[in-house]
Amino acid sequence: MIADILTGAVRSGTSVLFAVQGELVSERAGVINLGTEGAMLAGALAGFATTVWTGSPWLGALAGGTGGMLIALLHAFLVISRGANQLATGLTLMFLGMGLTAFFGRKFVSESIVGFNPTPIPLLSDIPFIGNVLFNHDPLTYVSFALVPLIWFALFRTRLGVIIRASGEREDALFASGMNPKLVRYGAVLAGGFLAGLGGAQLSIAYTHSWVENMTAGRGIVAVALVIFAAWKPLRAAVGAWLFGAAQALQLTVQQQGYPISPYFLFMAPYLITLIALLAVEFRKKSRMPEALGKVFTGSPGGAG
Amino acid sequence: MTKAKRWVFAALAMTFLLSFLLSACSQQGSGSTSGSGSSGGGTSGGDSADSGGSSGEASSGAVGTGGSAVGFIFVGARDDYGYNQAAYIGSQAVEEAFPDLKVLRVENVPETAEAERVMEQMINDGANIIFPTSYGHLDPALNVAARHPDVAFFHQGGLKTAENLGTYFGTIWEPVYLAGVAAGKMTKTNKLGYIVSVPIPQVLLNVNAFQRGAQSVNPDVTTTVVFTGSWCDPGQQANAANSLIDGGVDVLTQHQDCTKTVIETAERRGAMSVGYHADASSLAPEGWIVGSVWNWPDLFVNMTKTALEGRFDGSMYDGKYRGTLADGTVMLTDFGKNVPDDVKALVGEMKQAIIDGALHPFAGPVKKQDGEVVFAEGVIPTIDELESMDWFVEGVIGTIPK
Repeated sequence: MIADILTGAVRSGTSVLFAVQGELVSERAGVINLGTEGAMLAGALAGFATTVWTGSPWLGALAGGTGGMLIALLHAFLVISRGANQLATGLTLMFLGMGLTAFFGRKFVSESIVGFNPTPIPLLSDIPFIGNVLFNHDPLTYVSFALVPLIWFALFRTRLGVIIRASGEREDALFASGMNPKLVRYGAVLAGGFLAGLGGAQLSIAYTHSWVENMTAGRGIVAVALVIFAAWKPLRAAVGAWLFGAAQALQLTVQQQGYPISPYFLFMAPYLITLIALLAVEFRKKSRMPEALGKVFTGSPGGAG
Repeated sequence: MTKAKRWVFAALAMTFLLSFLLSACSQQGSGSTSGSGSSGGGTSGGDSADSGGSSGEASSGAVGTGGSAVGFIFVGARDDYGYNQAAYIGSQAVEEAFPDLKVLRVENVPETAEAERVMEQMINDGANIIFPTSYGHLDPALNVAARHPDVAFFHQGGLKTAENLGTYFGTIWEPVYLAGVAAGKMTKTNKLGYIVSVPIPQVLLNVNAFQRGAQSVNPDVTTTVVFTGSWCDPGQQANAANSLIDGGVDVLTQHQDCTKTVIETAERRGAMSVGYHADASSLAPEGWIVGSVWNWPDLFVNMTKTALEGRFDGSMYDGKYRGTLADGTVMLTDFGKNVPDDVKALVGEMKQAIIDGALHPFAGPVKKQDGEVVFAEGVIPTIDELESMDWFVEGVIGTIPK
């Protein structure tokens, strides 16, 4: 039963994992993007549609990332170049994403695709317990495994990472050193959108092989919450995403075992667990939030900011 | 804050308040008295457009007559390989049978007051016959029906009726029972899986029928029920399907609006599938066993004809109409290619027995999960008793909230 829950955790949590890593990068640079849900939906639709048209799931994945990036581009423009409130803009883009994808996705509801299928890795998937849990998934899930250490390395061991984090902590210092924080933030938000779109694409091309309006069912919002839970650290964020997936899998396993727990409570459980995790974070003594998260950079060339 | 800004804020606040009050008031219905057709209700304010046929006075036309259109509202997409597709096919039959009648359709109508607005708009556009096709459209439809006594409403699956609103449904549990028989015969692991949304009586009835059918040919079989909480959430459906198959289930079926994800996932993982609502056998060429579907076209055409000819009141459709396997309202699809002939023959025999009245899926003794007898030996429950079911039969693994 534990193995089933863990397998379900990875299966269900991968789409959230992509979105979480993307949002992490964006928030490290100082921009919070509540439109992640809209970006995920855009990615899911763009990916599904492209796979229908071209027959290639990899092209679909790429298109999915691009779709998410386009929604994020809108967010970046409004928030960075025009100084709009980040939370309001993000929410608006979430609804925009939901509406646009419902409208344009209408004719894809009954389409079938040859998407990604679970491909077991030859030797590793035979390992007794963890073989099935970790090594019997679709290619995009394996990409997500590789993504986590990649993001960690990029953020904490490279110059690019220092620049991104500086733009989120002390953007004046970054500006003084000659870089443009606005440009860095644009890049981070676009990268975040690309990853969120990829997460949505994983849901539609790899996991369900379908498109239905609002199919992400709140995963994007959960992703934003999980970034805070993870104290903006990539590995913890991955654990959070898998925790959410585990809660979803647990809900199903509990039902199958026949335990007398009300299904209504179980539907609530994944989101409840996310909330509890957030509350637990609040009791930390020192907040690790990037200091400039949510602030608008108004430094003008040559001025004192 | 400067004085000017204060005024601007006050003006804005007043505007918001007023618009909220206005929209709330107009939602109550503009209290149209008998005879005046277009009340222009809802939040769109009174359309001054001439509403054509719907301004027929109640005194002259019988319920449902005099309109130039017939309206259908669906809760989802028409090509969901499921519930809404079945209803859509019915609406197409009406379109063909009545070429002079305009067919208005709106998909993705939520089960809220929004449905009222859509129905009012259709009445404004000349529809005197409305088909609200989703269970949750009942209350909005009852509200609209109260305001338009001259419009005939045919609601799918509801348990409340009105003067001008009749509900229709089918004894879908009969083909589901037969599908259970086929599944019970074909399963190798003796574990069947049922993916459903929420524990409402219609859902529980289907699960119980499926299990009873399977158990009648295979006493060791069990049906594991998983609730997803939604009528169409592909992510959850995929989760549930994978989870059930991991747990040893080899036949999957579902009571969901959209069936594509479950059927395709079962096919990909080598499990067999049983369909519901609509024929999805093209999605599962190897694993499809059989499916239970609605045959709405004939029924819809008959109902529309009855209404148009002014015979709605007193017809069999102005109350709770339940079509059966015998009259063809509910059907079994064709069998999949891997179903052996003896299974097909057995199901065929039992189907004829149901049609002849010799076999009833819920004839006593029927025991609940805990062993308590709910229908004694020899008792045949009424349709009302069946449609208010709130328990699982023995052999079903699952929990219903109290």
